[in-house]
Amino acid sequence: MIRLERIHLLSRADKLQPLRNFVRELASQQGCCDENLDCMVMAINEACMNVIQHAYGGREDGEIIIEFWKDNCELLVRIYDFAEKVDLQAIKSRDLDEVRPGGLGVHIIHQVMDSVEYKNQTDSVGNVLEMRKQLSIPVKCNVGTSDKNKTKNSL
Amino acid sequence: MKYPVTQHHNYAVLQLTGEIDLSESPNARKQILNHIKNKSNLLVDLSQVEYIDSSGVASLVEGFQTARAEQLEFALVGVSVSAMQVLQLARLDSVFTIYESLDDVKE
Repeated sequence: MIRLERIHLLSRADKLQPLRNFVRELASQQGCCDENLDCMVMAINEACMNVIQHAYGGREDGEIIIEFWKDNCELLVRIYDFAEKVDLQAIKSRDLDEVRPGGLGVHIIHQVMDSVEYKNQTDSVGNVLEMRKQLSIPVKCNVGTSDKNKTKNSL
Repeated sequence: MKYPVTQHHNYAVLQLTGEIDLSESPNARKQILNHIKNKSNLLVDLSQVEYIDSSGVASLVEGFQTARAEQLEFALVGVSVSAMQVLQLARLDSVFTIYESLDDVKE
């Protein structure tokens, strides 16, 4: 498994657009097809939005770390926050038959990604969301950057 | 940002543009609800929306519900491919009245 990138961002809504642009570029460089690229952008945006709104409760100085890994033909994304641990049992999609604003993010993430797993960090605070998505263009598989420690700070 | 508004038959047409995400959805929500507060039937034109996330969709749902409570018409028009993708994922494409273009909206 190759680590492609590790980025940090603050828990602010205005960080989401540059994040989406970043994900689009990274996934595209890894040979991701357009359809799956849209799925990844959507899922990562929704996940970070949940961190901003729910984990940090709107606080704008919270830290979010996102790691992007390439695992054969899959992109693995880990999103770390350092907010209070959330009750993992409470994270679930809501009933879509009930038409009301809000609560769609978790449903969308599960719909568009191949696998989704929420975990608490082992330290006293923080949560991790791990998601996987097939890149879907076999010819590009196993072609990745080799710089394991590449780190980008702040979007 | 104030979105352009035109009139079509007995509807105000609010044209959302760009990326309706967590930064922008409070503004979109406010403008949608203002029209409904002013007792206006509303068409929300999504043809120029490049990206919409669940917070943007929540603004549309709130507009839809508020309009219905006020017995006003609320519909979407010209829904872009990316916006339709999210509406379908949220299974809202069958909840909203959706017109392909303004030509399809009758008085």
